[in-house]
Amino acid sequence: MEKLLSAQERLLKSKRSRLGGEFRGKFFVILCAVIMISAAIAITIFLGTKGLQSFTKNGVSILEFLTSTKWNPTDKANPAYGVLPFIFGSFAVTFLAALIAAPLGIGGAIFMTEIAPSWGRKVLQPIVELLVGIPSVVYGFIGLTVLVPFIRENVGGLGFSLLSGMIVLAIMILPTITTIATDAMSSLPNHLREGSYALGATRWQTIRKVLVPAALPSLLTAIILGMARAFGEALAVQMVIGNVRDLPNSILDASATLTTIITLNMGHTTYGSVENNTLWSMGLILLIMSFAFILLIRYLSSRRKLR
Amino acid sequence: MVTALKERTTMDVTAPSHHNDRLESILSVNNLQIFYGEKRAVNGISMEIEKNSVTALIGPSGCGKSTFLRSINRMNDLIPGSYAKGEIIYEGLNILAEDINVTALRKEIGMVFQKPNPFPKSIYENITHALKFAGIKKKSKLDEIVEESLRNAALWDEVKDRLHSSAYSLSGGQQQRLCIARTIAMKPNVILLDEPASALDPISNAKVEDLIVDLKKDYSIVIVTHNMQQASRISDKTAFFLNGDLIEYDRTEKIFTNPSVEKTEEYISGRFG
Amino acid sequence: MNSRTADRIATGVFIAIAIIITAILAGLFFYIFVNGFKYISFDFLTTPSSNVRAGGGIRDQLFNSFYILFITMLITVPIGVGGGIYMAEYAKPGKVTDFIRTCIEVLSSLPSIVIGMFGLLVFVNTTGWGYTILGGALALTVFNLPTIVRTTEDAIRAVPRDLKEASLALGITHWHTIKTVILPAAFPSILTGAILAAGRVFGEAAALLFTAGLSTPRLDYANWNPFSDQSPLNIFRPAETLAVHIWSVNTQGLIPDVEAVSSGSAAVLVISVLIFNLAARWIGSMIHKRITATK
Repeated sequence: MEKLLSAQERLLKSKRSRLGGEFRGKFFVILCAVIMISAAIAITIFLGTKGLQSFTKNGVSILEFLTSTKWNPTDKANPAYGVLPFIFGSFAVTFLAALIAAPLGIGGAIFMTEIAPSWGRKVLQPIVELLVGIPSVVYGFIGLTVLVPFIRENVGGLGFSLLSGMIVLAIMILPTITTIATDAMSSLPNHLREGSYALGATRWQTIRKVLVPAALPSLLTAIILGMARAFGEALAVQMVIGNVRDLPNSILDASATLTTIITLNMGHTTYGSVENNTLWSMGLILLIMSFAFILLIRYLSSRRKLR
Repeated sequence: MVTALKERTTMDVTAPSHHNDRLESILSVNNLQIFYGEKRAVNGISMEIEKNSVTALIGPSGCGKSTFLRSINRMNDLIPGSYAKGEIIYEGLNILAEDINVTALRKEIGMVFQKPNPFPKSIYENITHALKFAGIKKKSKLDEIVEESLRNAALWDEVKDRLHSSAYSLSGGQQQRLCIARTIAMKPNVILLDEPASALDPISNAKVEDLIVDLKKDYSIVIVTHNMQQASRISDKTAFFLNGDLIEYDRTEKIFTNPSVEKTEEYISGRFG
Repeated sequence: MNSRTADRIATGVFIAIAIIITAILAGLFFYIFVNGFKYISFDFLTTPSSNVRAGGGIRDQLFNSFYILFITMLITVPIGVGGGIYMAEYAKPGKVTDFIRTCIEVLSSLPSIVIGMFGLLVFVNTTGWGYTILGGALALTVFNLPTIVRTTEDAIRAVPRDLKEASLALGITHWHTIKTVILPAAFPSILTGAILAAGRVFGEAAALLFTAGLSTPRLDYANWNPFSDQSPLNIFRPAETLAVHIWSVNTQGLIPDVEAVSSGSAAVLVISVLIFNLAARWIGSMIHKRITATK
């Protein structure tokens, strides 16, 4: 009537206990992890080899590709494959967008955490979340129908310009920067504030001399993440930037970025042609840049841990 | 195990399941050392834990008593970097060994925690959750075990009309008795209690203490407690731990009236800890 | 300038920034809804789009958007939740786990156009499928997977430890504990995160341009045979989604009523995303209440 099985039979691991649901479950979740690893590796390998083809197979010079400003792949006699204008365009809109979005985003974060911590967050947080929710094509569409004509009529130029691109991108990355900056500011220990106020500092002095320096690595992370998003954004920029192959002379000139050229030409170039392959090489630059942003963010977070 | 569980409800629940009057040990601890990474939390202790009795582990915080308790049903496995040396013999097997089926072990050596931790399910499901996993599916059998274990945990009269309400609707003391009921429903041989009454009000505390004394006839109980009065009220033997060492282990009466080691005397008279 | 004045000016600037952010959102929403609602009608939602003439609707695009979203979630949720469980419950600190984290980080920081290119290379060209719903859904899976994994991992880590210990101490296996105790407790957060992710997937266009394509074959909604070319359910047909439609009519379209079609589509798109957001909050708090409620 008591335990019918011996202690060995009850308590030692057996084949049955090893191959039960526990095993199947563990197998399933490990499989999921393997899928994620394979996806990341596959993307790197596929886009890496495909992106190098224009140099290895088609004999395009890497140096020319990266440093020439002449882009004319369809010229049969004398094709030119310089993508510097697009690289420049990508970096230009990214930095310009960050230049607008960073002060606004960090300012918004400070408003939520320091100026009006009780109700400011309740009001601004949902607003920021709603901004995140607006799809990028909608930003592009509004940029195209509102911003471009507005700039054409009030500022000058065609309207399709670096300026339009940077404004659209700035609004798109504003929520990213605001959210992360808010988290950074609100996770600062309260004794920093109390200590500063106790010394008779005003709120602005506290923010400028104590809080912002303390949160600086996280605030930089916020800006870098925003820039990473801006650098990779394709459709919204493509709709407003004008997509010309020349280097812009002013902020009101039309321009192009790596993503906009890919968006525009991938669909109607022949797969495997030199021009098509150079588009894949531009994709590889985007991939490498997104790795670079990851490294930069890791560097910043290691500095944050050191503090 | 499954057959054993199925059979056991036919037993007379009021009669002790172990008829041995002679004090026989259920767990033998030999030179047990427990490490958290580099740090040693328990420094080679040896003791016999007796069947059908209440063994209290006392000592100041951080003395290793909870660590020791959690090693008896291998809950320490959950803490990354922790490992144990030495042995704890149960039913002739070293339960610290690699080839022990930890899940099966925990069915026989149950544990009740400091903070009541019922599942966010109904009172009824809290008890049937593990039973169903152990293979008992029949509704009538489940009903029977639920009632039996709630009665044994002195909770039945308070909850019999609302078995399907959320366990969170119970008071802290009731929740803790539910956790005990859920553990004894598995009919373990040993019940480990980690300061089970410390989070409770005095009345609930008294109820849980009565319950523990009551359970002794069917189970071997090891309890960690901070509360010296509690140890002296409910336990048969008491072990005093300090800095990972077992300082003294004897009959509770002896420990509290005439301890042999000075440190024990100092601790129980409240001079430190 | 004394410090009091500086403080007052700074406060003014911060308030101005808050007002600017609010004004941006208000302006966008005002524009989207005021312009969009004019064009949304039952007809607009139920007629197929036209490539050349005015008066086209968005019936197929709307269906395609939801259908691709559905297929994407069907693939992403099991893998993502499984991956999240692995990270929260099985991964041991060490090199392998660090590597998996790096992979997740890489996937989540890839620009969606790059994911679209990967999709084009693998799910369109290598497989020989051409532009398909399945290819689009797989590209969106790459895009969506990191979000679901993180949501799940965070949700599981937020489950109180004592619940897990309680279950394990009763002799229940780790996997059964995950299935019956941890996942149910984490479910509201996972669901909320999944719906928010769905909103993001719904509005995504760049990853779909080269995977699901810019066109939709003539669909017969009475045809439910998923292997028929005209069936809306066929996952091996090209499918232009609503977000892609907004882009394509604006940049390559010939229709005269571009503005009307895209305003209407944008409003429908934003409303859909809003509904996803509200649903996520509402369902999350509902379930939370039901689980913790004392009857």
